[in-house]
Amino acid sequence: MMSEMPWYNKGLFSSLNLRQKTLLTIGLTGLVLLVVFISGWMIDANLPTDFAIKMQAPSLSHPFGTDWMGRDMFTRTIKGLSLSIVIGIGASVISSIIATLLAFLASVNKWFDAFVSWLIDLFASIPHILLIMMISIALGKGAFGVIMAVAFSHWVNLTRVLRAEVLQINTSEYVALSNKLGRSKLWIAKEHILPLVLSQIFVGTLLVFPHAIMHEASVTFLGFGLSPHEPAIGIILSESMSYLAMGAWWLAFFPGLALLIVVLLFDIIGHNLKRLLDPGEANN
Amino acid sequence: MMKLKAENISFSYNKKRPILKDISLSLESNQIIGLIGDSGSGKSTLCKIMAGYITNFTGDVTIDGKEISRNGFDPVQLIFQHPEKTMNPKWKMEKVLRESWIPPQDLKDTFGLKDNWLTRWPSELSGGELQRFSILRALNPQTKFIIADEISTMLDAVTQVQIWEALIKHCRANDIGILAVSHDKDLLDVICDDILYFKELNHL
Ligand SMILES: Nc1ncnc2c1ncn2[C@@H]1O[C@H](COP(=O)(O)OP(=O)(O)OP(=O)(O)O)[C@@H](O)[C@H]1O
Ligand SMILES: [Mg+2]
Repeated sequence: MMSEMPWYNKGLFSSLNLRQKTLLTIGLTGLVLLVVFISGWMIDANLPTDFAIKMQAPSLSHPFGTDWMGRDMFTRTIKGLSLSIVIGIGASVISSIIATLLAFLASVNKWFDAFVSWLIDLFASIPHILLIMMISIALGKGAFGVIMAVAFSHWVNLTRVLRAEVLQINTSEYVALSNKLGRSKLWIAKEHILPLVLSQIFVGTLLVFPHAIMHEASVTFLGFGLSPHEPAIGIILSESMSYLAMGAWWLAFFPGLALLIVVLLFDIIGHNLKRLLDPGEANN
Repeated sequence: MMKLKAENISFSYNKKRPILKDISLSLESNQIIGLIGDSGSGKSTLCKIMAGYITNFTGDVTIDGKEISRNGFDPVQLIFQHPEKTMNPKWKMEKVLRESWIPPQDLKDTFGLKDNWLTRWPSELSGGELQRFSILRALNPQTKFIIADEISTMLDAVTQVQIWEALIKHCRANDIGILAVSHDKDLLDVICDDILYFKELNHL
């Protein structure tokens, strides 16, 4: 039992029970992300440039160093992270909407079900990054293109889960009885099925989040995502490549690390929430 | 008065093992007919066919000689053996009942339905308490026939009598026919106008 517990739940709060620890983890992680998001949102995208302090290594006044225009890398990183979070939210929510619609579509009849299964197999067989690049280019790159690209490549897992769940609920006696009481399929979907899969949709959305953020940063880094004017982490990383040879390691190291931490925090929230809402699976 | 008729019903879940063969029975809306038979012989299956839950059978189920319209509210309502499976676990009991209709207070009282049960989840009530809800739910004014598939097995003797009395009183007053399936011959002897033996109906 103890060995199954993630490292971040051990020791520190040993006086709390598992549920409280999980809630505390979710709360604290959520708070950190919220602070990053809000402070990034308040930063003006046109950061002050000061060529007198360009390319400085990390110091107390500039903990992440400065770039070739003398901009503070810490500020740029926070700004970039908050953009990542916005894009992550957009992409995850849209991918969950797609997953939900497809799962319900599959429940209409066996032809729709076969169609959805085919679609799942098709999308699952294409590597994510390739799919994202293709969709992003097709939609003219930019924030819209990236959000859509990430959304359209990440609905597969949740659709699989929801499809099975909806199928099972549809064969239940209470749905059969609802039908005999004269209720329509649409009414049954809305009143019976949706409330039962809502928590799964919610957790599914959160679990897609870290993937969405990573994928956005990668396509942007590769030049198929956000435009170079955007204050995105992917842009920061690709710019820094040309300065790495000059020894300016901090240009890539801190933004990259910060991105990884944000991704990890979202992953922690997702998995903790899953354990909270789905206690049977973690058998706590 | 109406007549519910099942004629030459045959059915199997899989081709190899037929369950029902050439079963015919009829039930009038002023009657209470008992059906008794061995466990696993196919009584529940027959109930599901008559109530429209299973549709891929051969034979006819009719009311007054006419095919029953299975879209919209079904005039033949089945009350299941296990009430907990017939209720959405995420619905309060109030909603469970309201999905069918809103019964008058005096009817709720005759079935011993307590008001504070209405705000609970299905998992917070006993099998017997839940069964009162599923019976009441089936008594929608559009219901003409009730198929009661071992509805009182989870009740103690006293409650069983109380519930059956309430159900029979309501059905007699509203011209609703009942097909009562049970293992309990003594119970059926008391409540039914006539008793059918599943063995004799089934021509396997
Ligand atoms: N969904 C199903 N798929 C396949 N076989 C089934 C299914 N439901 C029931 N059966 C089988 O059909 C037979 C008849 O089952 P049924 O539930 O109708 O019996 P029953 O007479 O109601 O029994 P009991 O008195 O125990 O309730 C049993 O052998 C059962 O295993
Ligand atoms: Mg049975």
